[in-house]
Amino acid sequence: MTPEKRAAYWRANLRLLVVLLTIWFVVSYGFGIILVEPLNAISLGGYKLGFWFAQQGSIYTFVVLIFVYAANMNRLDKKFDVGEE
Amino acid sequence: MTSLDMWTYGVVGATFALYIGIAIWARAGSTGEFYVAGGGVHPVANGMATGADWMSAASFLSMAGIIAFNGYGGSVFLMGWTGGYVLLALLLAPYLRKFGKFTVPEFIGDRYYSQSARIVAVICLILASITYVIGQMKGIGVAFSRFLEVPYDTGLYIGMGIVAIYAVLGGMKGITYTQIAQYVVMIFAYTVPAVFISLNLTGNPLPQLGLGSEYIQNGVATGMSLLDKLDQVVTDLGFKEYTTQTMGNSLNMFAYTLSLMIGTAGLPHVIIRFFTVPKVRDARYSAGWALVFIALLYTTAPAVGAMARLNLMDTIQIGPIGSTEGNLLYDERPDWFKKWEETGLLQFEDKNGDGRIQYYNDADPTFTEMAESYGWAGNEMVKVDRDIMVLANPEIANLPAWVIALVVAGGLAAALSTAAGLLLAISSAISHDLLKGVMMPQISEKNELMAGRVSMLVAILVAGYLGLNPPGFAAGTVAIAFGLAAASLFPALMMGIFATRMNKAGAVAGMIAGITVTLLYVFQHKGIFFIPGTAFLMPEMGMGEDWFFGISPNAFGAVGAVVNFTVAIIVAKLTAPPPEHIQHLVEDVRIPRGAGEATGH
Repeated sequence: MTPEKRAAYWRANLRLLVVLLTIWFVVSYGFGIILVEPLNAISLGGYKLGFWFAQQGSIYTFVVLIFVYAANMNRLDKKFDVGEE
Repeated sequence: MTSLDMWTYGVVGATFALYIGIAIWARAGSTGEFYVAGGGVHPVANGMATGADWMSAASFLSMAGIIAFNGYGGSVFLMGWTGGYVLLALLLAPYLRKFGKFTVPEFIGDRYYSQSARIVAVICLILASITYVIGQMKGIGVAFSRFLEVPYDTGLYIGMGIVAIYAVLGGMKGITYTQIAQYVVMIFAYTVPAVFISLNLTGNPLPQLGLGSEYIQNGVATGMSLLDKLDQVVTDLGFKEYTTQTMGNSLNMFAYTLSLMIGTAGLPHVIIRFFTVPKVRDARYSAGWALVFIALLYTTAPAVGAMARLNLMDTIQIGPIGSTEGNLLYDERPDWFKKWEETGLLQFEDKNGDGRIQYYNDADPTFTEMAESYGWAGNEMVKVDRDIMVLANPEIANLPAWVIALVVAGGLAAALSTAAGLLLAISSAISHDLLKGVMMPQISEKNELMAGRVSMLVAILVAGYLGLNPPGFAAGTVAIAFGLAAASLFPALMMGIFATRMNKAGAVAGMIAGITVTLLYVFQHKGIFFIPGTAFLMPEMGMGEDWFFGISPNAFGAVGAVVNFTVAIIVAKLTAPPPEHIQHLVEDVRIPRGAGEATGH
């Protein structure tokens, strides 16, 4: 495997991390803490939206993020031929 | 013996028999089996075991109560203890699995080509894990003493005995399969009462949806959502509004959440669970499954907390505030109330001598004035322990005895599974990192396995001793364990993978600086080594309570982590880069191909 290919694989990995960690940050620290007051003005079912993100929404998002990460990394492993098989 | 006692002994006895059965079936025959369960655990099974490993007595018994009394402020635990899995899955688990060794300090020692880095990591690991394990031992003793009328110390000995059987015999292999069983017990015990209570209060069987549904009071729809109703009920009695009350200022909530997240990703007993799956791709998916199993409990907990709080308020304040009949007569209090009074978790004091219970916030000056005009003389519920929010839940909802028995078994499962995981992390650090890695590199595998079992036994005895003689700080220690892991291990691990240039001097300086700063801030608030009277806050010098931007000691791990990263990067810049073979090691860890089974060599 060439050093260039290694570097390209790593860059693709880092790009994916930046996107996913931005979402991670926004749903928890962003919606759940920093912006909680303005979001609480909106209601979702019987929930205030900011409160919902802090106690429910962020957790669901975290679960989705990990599976999206795993699926995308599998794809990258295949594309760059660095997988385990 | 009442039928409840019979159920409790029956269910707890059956679960213990199951754990011992698994121990006999899953004996470890090699160090590979003892440290990483032979490396062949299915990712979903490992996810389930991680869930049990992770969710401690604090998650099971205390968290819903913390949320019940802190409302929105309790969110720091919900987000902090789940969001850390995203960091673990994206930044650490797959790479550490690829590295393929038995322990966390072993990675740090190899990556930073230094025995001293490995020893510093062992010390940080033991500090964080011991702090954490004390809480679990207490949880075991308390569960026994409250429910089985067994003295606290006898309960603790029984718990230690059970853990000793399966952890000493089976090591990680025994622990993995018991944790899977313990997860199942735990999640049933948590969700069954929650479903019934949600049905009672909202007609919706899913607590996650019930929390946002319309509140049905005694069978009559109120036209208000449960959360709005709860906000109204608590503010009417002078308490802070449930959905907006915070824990310290926004920055403290931010730092607290961050500290718990980073700590979660850096706690060795969780990381080593990912060494047990066969492949790198399994480690990635397994982290996702772990979070699915954890989220089942963590999204239920806020519903349990809010519903239990509303139930409690409505039980006591039965009519309009201020009218005589509005407050429950003490003589008419329900049976569960009497039962929890006996344990001292609920305490009532009839301050105005009217024979009725007034439960309100007498720290709120405006409401206290109004209360005086009603003839109230102070809050009469002088103690409402937060743990009863989970413990008393089935009784408050009139659920049958077997459900109550299940909750007892669930609490014990939560404490036992986490204790076992922590004890394995501690004992493997001693037998594999200190003994085999540093002191006796020539030790044979058979002797190392024996050493592993002996250090496990010693760790259990030490943990038991600390459970019997808990240092005064034990109650608030769990959050501190996270702070310590966040400030020491996580940054060293992450930079080991993501910063090729990070070297020995940087990593060691970073770990020491991070954990020292965190410990100093904690000691400054809570006493040197938690010895009462040795706190050294200096308000006259601007160092009063939470002086660092309002950040509490429990939340300080986030600051410690920042210090660790900063010190490490500066020191690494000023010293020689790591040798070439280390840079190759990092490159190799970054790609999945070539991952074998975890090995000790």
